[in-house]
Amino acid sequence: MLTYVVRRLLLLIPTLFFVAVVTFALAHAAPGSPFDKNPDRPLPAATIERLERLYGVDRPLHEQFLLYLGNLARFDLGSSLVRDRSVAEIIGSQLPVSAQLGIQALLLALAVALPLGVISALRQNTAVDHASMVLATVGTTIPSFVIAILAIYVFAVHLRLIPIVGWGTPKHMILPTVVLSLGAMAFLTRMTRASMLEAIRQDYVRTARAKGLPEQVVIVGHVLKNALIPVATVVGPATAGLITGSFIVESIFNVPGIGREFVLSITRRDYPLIMGVYLLYAFLIALANLAVDIVYAALDPRIKAA
Amino acid sequence: MALLEVRDLYTQFFTRDGVVRAVDGVTFEVGAGETLGLVGESGCGKSVTALSLMRLIPSPPGKITQGEIMFDGQDVLKMDEDDVRGIRGNNIAMIFQDPMTSLNPVLTISRQVSEALELHLKMDRSEARKRTVELLELVGIPSARKRLDDYPHQFSGGMRQRVMIAMALSCNPKLILADEPTTALDVTIQAQILDLLKTLAREFRTAFILITHDLGVVAGMTQRIHVMYAGRIVEKADTAELFANPKMPYTWGLLRSIPRLDERRKEKLVPIEGLPPDLISPPPGCKFEPRCAYRRDVCREQEPPLRKIPSAKPDHEARCWGTQEGGWLVGTDWRREIGDVSVLEEIKQETAAVPAGAATIAPSDLPPDVSHKEGV
Amino acid sequence: MPEQRSLWRDAVYRLARNRAALAGLSVIAVAALVAILAPLIAPYDPSDSFTNAGRQAPTLAEPLWGDQRYVDPRYVLGTDVLGRDILSRLIWGARVSMIVGFVPVAMILAVGTTIGMVAGYYGGWVDQLLMRITDVVYAFPDLLFLVIVMATLRNTAFGEILGGLVLMFVALAIVSWVGMARLVRGQVLSLKHREFVEAARAIGVPARRIMLRHLFPNALAPVIVSVAFAIPSAMLAEATLGFLGIGVRPPTATWGVMTNEGFQVFSTSPWPVLLPAFCIGIVMLSFTFLGDGLRDALDPRMKV
Repeated sequence: MLTYVVRRLLLLIPTLFFVAVVTFALAHAAPGSPFDKNPDRPLPAATIERLERLYGVDRPLHEQFLLYLGNLARFDLGSSLVRDRSVAEIIGSQLPVSAQLGIQALLLALAVALPLGVISALRQNTAVDHASMVLATVGTTIPSFVIAILAIYVFAVHLRLIPIVGWGTPKHMILPTVVLSLGAMAFLTRMTRASMLEAIRQDYVRTARAKGLPEQVVIVGHVLKNALIPVATVVGPATAGLITGSFIVESIFNVPGIGREFVLSITRRDYPLIMGVYLLYAFLIALANLAVDIVYAALDPRIKAA
Repeated sequence: MALLEVRDLYTQFFTRDGVVRAVDGVTFEVGAGETLGLVGESGCGKSVTALSLMRLIPSPPGKITQGEIMFDGQDVLKMDEDDVRGIRGNNIAMIFQDPMTSLNPVLTISRQVSEALELHLKMDRSEARKRTVELLELVGIPSARKRLDDYPHQFSGGMRQRVMIAMALSCNPKLILADEPTTALDVTIQAQILDLLKTLAREFRTAFILITHDLGVVAGMTQRIHVMYAGRIVEKADTAELFANPKMPYTWGLLRSIPRLDERRKEKLVPIEGLPPDLISPPPGCKFEPRCAYRRDVCREQEPPLRKIPSAKPDHEARCWGTQEGGWLVGTDWRREIGDVSVLEEIKQETAAVPAGAATIAPSDLPPDVSHKEGV
Repeated sequence: MPEQRSLWRDAVYRLARNRAALAGLSVIAVAALVAILAPLIAPYDPSDSFTNAGRQAPTLAEPLWGDQRYVDPRYVLGTDVLGRDILSRLIWGARVSMIVGFVPVAMILAVGTTIGMVAGYYGGWVDQLLMRITDVVYAFPDLLFLVIVMATLRNTAFGEILGGLVLMFVALAIVSWVGMARLVRGQVLSLKHREFVEAARAIGVPARRIMLRHLFPNALAPVIVSVAFAIPSAMLAEATLGFLGIGVRPPTATWGVMTNEGFQVFSTSPWPVLLPAFCIGIVMLSFTFLGDGLRDALDPRMKV
């Protein structure tokens, strides 16, 4: 188990390195970035000085890259071009909001998807099953912004149940959380159902029944653990989906989190901020995948013993 | 009254393509402490029969439509679900074919063996654990105490099957159903497992139904053998009698197709030609008729009943017009019949040339006083 | 004995019995038709703005939502923020959506299948290298990468070719070829040792031929399913990017862009947003039904 964990940790490094390379390359390729000496857009002297210190704009490329990596290691992501704060500071102040939204959405998704998936599998081809599959299909297919727009239209504009935008009170939080969780919820429901159906067909279920165990014990004691293991492995990608979905949801609902900041920085061409947030996202996703891999290893004895 | 009496059992599967008559009227019995062999090709219904005995047939497609299963004086088919569950794993236990997939990969073997003990014998956790160690040692698993908390994938195939056997034995059942217990194992391990089963049967006086397609396996293990084909029993006999004096062409085919070490290497293996019948719309007459080298018209028209055979031991029954009273195969010496393949061809041609109804005797030296009447 | 059916005939048969898949297929066919015939059937040029018309509601909606102020029957589905006819924009948008759906996927198919086959067939260090690369790229969320590429390179010379379409194609292809390559590689690995491949090799068929004529047709089934899901995935990416404002450049109409524009005036007039959003949703749903249907039809194992 330990070797497995170490191996997964080691895989993290090339991934993050690759991310750094990509961000560096893109930052240099983007027009209007600090590296683009455009006389029409002179930057304030203080910013230029900071940029020089951080990125070493006049030095050869590979030196710049090393400097960049060094900065990253110190969590120095540069300064925003538009606002007079460092990227790290901006991220730090808005991360809690996004984190709260994300965690709420994930918990909601799990709380609904797991039981729903299990029940659908056990009551296959009944009304419950069909209904949940329809919902799951809709949730995975229709883009989140479409759902968000429709939701706003129905609940906020027409029915006036909820304020359209803002954050802070439960009334503000409910719609963004639900909309954000839908994609993951639908996906996880499908996965759980499929996994349960697969597990229930296995020979060891027949063996369990042949021992005279009541059906409930068979399902809970024998099937469930086997069925949930594959589901655990997809929580990683589901979380990744949540992270990437968050910037759309935050933008639409005007939630003051990192995601909205990200989208705004795109329109404003605030490259350091764009890059910084991207790095953060990539790091978080890699971390989520790693966590999931570890959990999976802990659950499945076939891996644990290896 | 025998330990197990099965009468007129019919188990069917209702599929989109039609109704599959997997078990089509099966009647047999097993006495206490007795080992019965249930032999036949894949798909002949032997496994379904065993599952029916414990009512483990998956219910949306499958259904036991008719019959009586009297176990220890009670009809299993009339019990309610709770009572049946009380019997499973307790009075009747089952060993399945593939130990790799039949054990739960995420539970320790201790847990899997103890389950039945805790459920049926109401042992508590530590008692069950102790008993589990005893059981594992009984089936020959070394260092049982240390391996209690290991998982199935940490055992070899043969060891896993021993675990399955320990599970089956745990509550001292009166009857164990062993469904192809050695098919998934290496040949060398097979012998060990079979030995184990034989020893256990003797020591604990447990009745066994040994299900297999391999006549070689049942030879040294059983007191009686029933041969199944297309959902029915086509021959019943004591083991020695079956091997010495089989009375059904299908059985001859099975015996002929066992590769024997004492055969000359030049001899080809002789399979039974053709394929098993369609269980959704089986032919009206004898189910084996299309593949039988000895068939007559009557075989296609009417299904033979399972009847006692003259010139055989009293408990010997077969489902064949040819070998029953007055049939054209009555005096046939099966060893001569299929000892030589060319003879088989000759017979085929001869029987094909004979008009229906006329009785002939197969060639070679038959004692002159064999009576023959008009074919049925 | 029931007659033997080849895998393909069986698949077609099963697909034909799946009503959801057929419904999806029809919708897609209609959308494709609309896309192809766009210049002929769109009532107006999608970039023309009829400024004196302002924002209008769809003609059809008038009886239902009687509170709309002004309805002009010349613009059947109303006009958007800048006074452009929504129906025409939707029709031309279909064209872009279809193109964005199919072209990158064709690229992914070509690149991914080739690489996957080579890696699977030759094995060795080529395969190892490919696997390491895919491991790293796989961990990346596609959308994020797309966003960042589009955001940064949109204003470069490359990003302006064809109004930003080429950049989008390339970005989509870069991100998604990995999945296809892995899939094909897996298939090749399992097929490589089957008898018909050994036979072909034994009679001296050159490797390239083996891959093309023997391996590829047999690996086809999951590839088809994968393509059926890749197309809406690409369309979705484009729509999302458009919605975020970093998609194809104006004044090209795509459904995603229209949603973006419409969203800004959402509270006063829902139509400019709802209509393209609806189109996106329906097409996505159709592809999903079709993809599911194809998967059920082609993969006998999954038949539950």
